[in-house]
Amino acid sequence: MPSIIVDGKTYQVQAGTNLLQAVLSLEMNLQYFCWHPALGSVGACRQCAVLQFRDEKDTKGRIVMACMTPASEGTRISITAPDAHAFREHVIAWLMVNHPHDCPVCDEGGECHLQDMTLMSGHNYRNYRFSKRTFRNQDLGPFINHEMNRCIECYRCVRYYRDLAGGNDLNVFAAHDHVYFGRHEDGTLENEFSGNLVEVCPTGVFTDKTLRSHYTRKWDLQTAPSICHHCGVGCNTIPGERYNVLRRILNRYNHDVNGYFLCDRGRFGYEFVNSATRIREPFVRSTRGAPALKSIREDALQQAASIVSSRHVIGIGSPRASLEGNYALRKIVGEGNYYSGLPAVENHLVRRIREILQSGPARSASLREVGEADAILVLGEDLTNSAPMCAFAVRQAILNAPRKAAAKLGIAAWNDAAVREVVQDRYGPLYVASVSSTRLDDVATRTYHGPPDDIARLGFAVAHALEADAPAVEGAGERLSSLAEEIAAALRGAEHPLVISGMSLRSSSIVEAAANVTWALSRAGKEPRISFSVPECNTMGAAFITGKDLEEAFDRARDGAAYTVIILENDLFRRADGVAVEEFLGNCENVIVLDCIDHATFAKADVGLPVSSFAEGDGTLINNEGRMQRFFQAMNPDPLIQEAWRWLRDITVHGGADGVSSWECLDDVTGEMNAAIPGFGERAAHVSPPASFRIYGKKGARQPHRYSGRTAMNADKTIHEPPPPPDPDSPLRFSMEGYHDGGDPAIIPMFWAPGWNSQQAINKFQQEVGGPLRGGDPGVRLLEPDGGPTPSFFVSGPGAFRRRNGEWLALPIYHIFGSEELSSHAFALSQRIPLPYVALSVGDAGSLGLGQDEEAAVEVNERVYRLPTKIKKDMPDGTVGIPVGLNGLEGLVTPAWCRVRKEGAR
Amino acid sequence: MERPLTEHIKPDGSPLSLKEYEQAGGYEALRKALQGMGPHDIQSVVRDSGLRGRGGAGFNTGMKWSFVPMGNDAPSPKYLVANADEMEPGTFKDRLLMEGNPHQLLEGMILAAYAIQATVSYIFLRHEYTRSEEVLRRALGEAAEQGYIGKKILGSGYDLEMYVHVSAGRYMCGEETGLLNALEGKRATPRAKPPFPQVSGLWGKPTIVQNVETLSNIPHIVRKGAQWFKDLSKSADAGTKLYGASGRVKKPGLWELPIGTTVRELLEEHAGGMRDGYRFRGLLPGGASTDFLIEEHLDTPMDFDSVQKAGSRMGTGTMIVLDDRTCPVGMIHNLEHFFAQESCGWCTPCREGLPWTERLLKAIEDGSGQPEDIAQLEAHCKWLSPGMTFCALAPGAVEPLQSGLKYFREDFMRHITEQRCPWR
Repeated sequence: MPSIIVDGKTYQVQAGTNLLQAVLSLEMNLQYFCWHPALGSVGACRQCAVLQFRDEKDTKGRIVMACMTPASEGTRISITAPDAHAFREHVIAWLMVNHPHDCPVCDEGGECHLQDMTLMSGHNYRNYRFSKRTFRNQDLGPFINHEMNRCIECYRCVRYYRDLAGGNDLNVFAAHDHVYFGRHEDGTLENEFSGNLVEVCPTGVFTDKTLRSHYTRKWDLQTAPSICHHCGVGCNTIPGERYNVLRRILNRYNHDVNGYFLCDRGRFGYEFVNSATRIREPFVRSTRGAPALKSIREDALQQAASIVSSRHVIGIGSPRASLEGNYALRKIVGEGNYYSGLPAVENHLVRRIREILQSGPARSASLREVGEADAILVLGEDLTNSAPMCAFAVRQAILNAPRKAAAKLGIAAWNDAAVREVVQDRYGPLYVASVSSTRLDDVATRTYHGPPDDIARLGFAVAHALEADAPAVEGAGERLSSLAEEIAAALRGAEHPLVISGMSLRSSSIVEAAANVTWALSRAGKEPRISFSVPECNTMGAAFITGKDLEEAFDRARDGAAYTVIILENDLFRRADGVAVEEFLGNCENVIVLDCIDHATFAKADVGLPVSSFAEGDGTLINNEGRMQRFFQAMNPDPLIQEAWRWLRDITVHGGADGVSSWECLDDVTGEMNAAIPGFGERAAHVSPPASFRIYGKKGARQPHRYSGRTAMNADKTIHEPPPPPDPDSPLRFSMEGYHDGGDPAIIPMFWAPGWNSQQAINKFQQEVGGPLRGGDPGVRLLEPDGGPTPSFFVSGPGAFRRRNGEWLALPIYHIFGSEELSSHAFALSQRIPLPYVALSVGDAGSLGLGQDEEAAVEVNERVYRLPTKIKKDMPDGTVGIPVGLNGLEGLVTPAWCRVRKEGAR
Repeated sequence: MERPLTEHIKPDGSPLSLKEYEQAGGYEALRKALQGMGPHDIQSVVRDSGLRGRGGAGFNTGMKWSFVPMGNDAPSPKYLVANADEMEPGTFKDRLLMEGNPHQLLEGMILAAYAIQATVSYIFLRHEYTRSEEVLRRALGEAAEQGYIGKKILGSGYDLEMYVHVSAGRYMCGEETGLLNALEGKRATPRAKPPFPQVSGLWGKPTIVQNVETLSNIPHIVRKGAQWFKDLSKSADAGTKLYGASGRVKKPGLWELPIGTTVRELLEEHAGGMRDGYRFRGLLPGGASTDFLIEEHLDTPMDFDSVQKAGSRMGTGTMIVLDDRTCPVGMIHNLEHFFAQESCGWCTPCREGLPWTERLLKAIEDGSGQPEDIAQLEAHCKWLSPGMTFCALAPGAVEPLQSGLKYFREDFMRHITEQRCPWR
């Protein structure tokens, strides 16, 4: 570790960093704009100036930019030297020349990096006496608001958007003091990670348009540490609430998971919490199909309890409900009556994935480790749409191999522009095998498009090419074999080879092929990593809290006994064929549904109970990596809304049964669950400090110091200031009183530090800038390889796909906006959801006489869906693509064989 | 007095054809190099000649080449780029060389490329130099046809491609790293050094960027040797230099003279002194981005070190003369207007600072100057100095301003106290 001298004191710093990183890591304050820990240095803004001295005799020094100067042994600098301070102040004065000073009406106000840096610089008097330049702003779509007059030209936005996110519709135009950051014309920012501009922009040029529609200052937001519920990756988030409206989502830094960024689904999907589809009160129906009648809590509970206590009860859990909810359901209905809520194919797949991750030797890759890979094979996933942040990590990883050339030239990794200059448009090995084109194809070394069986065959062939003992693929053919050889060579040549696969195509062959590739790599002496994408926020939870297949529940209900089914946060019409679900619900005498939003299954409920959304309750999830993570409630909802486990407890207690009556708070449930569920155990307790956790005797505060209106916000109801609502479930309070520095990395409700009101305060919570959070990154990895021998290869590779005469294999196509259930109810996000369609290959469209956007009739299990066609040139012949989860496609579950004809034709 | 660069240029300005160039000894140096000299031999003779870059910075050319990685392990391809983006106000020396003797530049480029074993070369040409483009393209065709450019040049094992690239036109493109970005089709913003272009230049490969005049000297050095080149000069710097003068002098023009010729000799003998009725007040010795020199500096030899000692820079060696009937504030305002407009917008001090100075100067010139404006201008001169800005544009831009404030301070004060421009 080199030592540097800052203002006369010697400090040890990390090797290979620049001075700005070094002094920020030492928890000193130094202003910056164009630098960002994830973007590196370019030296544009000139804000981080310090005085550097040649040696101890040099008293004059010269001004250098800290971000562009290596923190090498013996570097001697002053941050506080008058010249350095004066220059930094002058840089702010320059930036303020054209800045509109509209803080009072600016959405960034109160969490603005420019405000923070201006204060820190000491600049407070305007000498510029001429007019300011002004710009025309653009409509950038439903997510991002554009206000160019505020721009200080730090170039972060275009660097983030183009270099990191891979977007190309945001650019910098014009020159000198008229530099303009925007699109070539008005229009929605196309990139799936555009929302990060809100946090990347150091001032109010790019702000959250959804927040704007129900605006609240950061200091007035009640926030909590949370986990994104909109895919299986489990990004860490900070939801913010005021007046019982969820206002926005910010990124919550987790070095091992999402780092500094979120996808747009994760950032803007939250509005479902405020949507009209929310269930906010219990209801009962006198008969099936009758209108739902709002019910008071006691009546609904009474009715549910009487149903439950008197009949055969089965429970259907959910991959989007918390572990606690699923566990509570399994507990009250009994293991034999518990169904995980997943259809057989998914239920088996997720357990197979758990086995593979647990047996090793390939380690389940965290998102950070995905970003560290230097050769990647993607088998059967359209990551940008199924696990967006994983696609983002892949986009960073593909630079790892070419970056080595820059390192060889002695260019430091933080010297971003110089590194990218050497890298140019070279990418490391990335092979993407998918049904049709994906948003990673532009950076892929090679792509392969085919039906699931052929994708699996490619995987098996790669494994065989790596290791002769791995089963060969029969009738592989020249094309498949040579591609497999190429992929094998790339993986073998890498330091950190990675295989990514997942459940998207619901193919066990693909998952097994992925495992074979990693096992073959291990035998070849490599240390491969593997990552499986899973569809929902707690799909992995179903591999731990195991239940039977959904189909088994359907079968059981046919046996004539009168069943009551409790359905937990699950719209069965999204899981199984619509006809089968209808039949099942018809066979059940009573249907109790617990959920936070209304849906087709809810419409059949005899009793409906309002469950808290992620923002209103606490719970635990397991992400695709096998990482257990806790989310905490940010808002204190209407008392009628509560966590599923509380409803289930109350039903049981009302019915006079025992066993759960001792559940007072979340820790009671998790404590029991951790002991009961194999694989959880003692380590699961480390997912978060218990509710009894205190720092200096205090709980953590969910509200900032400056939270306003405490004594006024309820004054329309009572002039007495009520005590803060109790929170028995977490070591956090619904109050501005409490400990504000996080204390434990799992319970940081907001990033704030004195002088640092923006998200950049994250610097103050990290061990070193860009590194792990102090105290370690939250989450507990449950799936570490058990150290046993390398398993023997899966042998049952599928035969090649054979198209059928007159039938097409309908395959799922995922959309970042629309395929996930909850976020589809978010107002802004819903504007980005495509209309339903059926995708056809050029050849198949031709033989069916279907043109682009013409109506096709798609018949699955005797149900007919009329859909406009979308001709995709890379759709495999003999297959059609059906978008997942879109309105109007309920009950159409893929893969499935279907008939397709031109509407009107027979 | 020898004038190797310009002696063959025809009085009517029409370019030397390939044949004419060859008759004057052209491409002999290339023959000599390819037949008996290795790349390092060329580097040595150029280094020993003491040739310093004629674009303004004055770095030893051979030394610069020696930083290029050589040998089989060196990254490839390597590039040589002729900086023909002559946009410095008051400067028109490269234009003469390109229009009058294009093959001299081409031969210099081939030799320089050979010396660093570059296989691809570009002439990055100022957008407005349409005649140069025409002449260069024709010359390039002739040279390629004759086997001087292309595969296996003159039967040797050395290949070189050469292209003329016409700039989209910005002052910033004259800065070598801005030029490289522009050549790659990116915004013409500068790059941080290190890494230097010799290590990571065009498309991240080793690259040498060299001014047209510098390159035009190479064939003569290779042909006649380092000592001959040194002997051309009157001072510590070697060779001849194209000097120019514009402004209200009797004979504005361009002359090739031994380096180290004094300012007075240039002004009084070659430019013929001030026009009748005009008195000398000062001059910018090397283009718009150099400090003013005044009467007391007239005996300064025009070489890199002497001009620096006098408080300015030799720059491009083409002086702009200020007379007593022109308002110095107006002149400086004109220059700062140019520089503010040509700032690329990359770094804060230049992007925001130059327009501020421009507006202050305009206010002073228009009669609305305030006493504190002088301090503000001086602060800008201080904070726009080298190291504080990203590249040399802004430090160059404030050179006429800072020296103007020093030498013509009374004129500034008069503008402010009288609330008008005394020249209007």
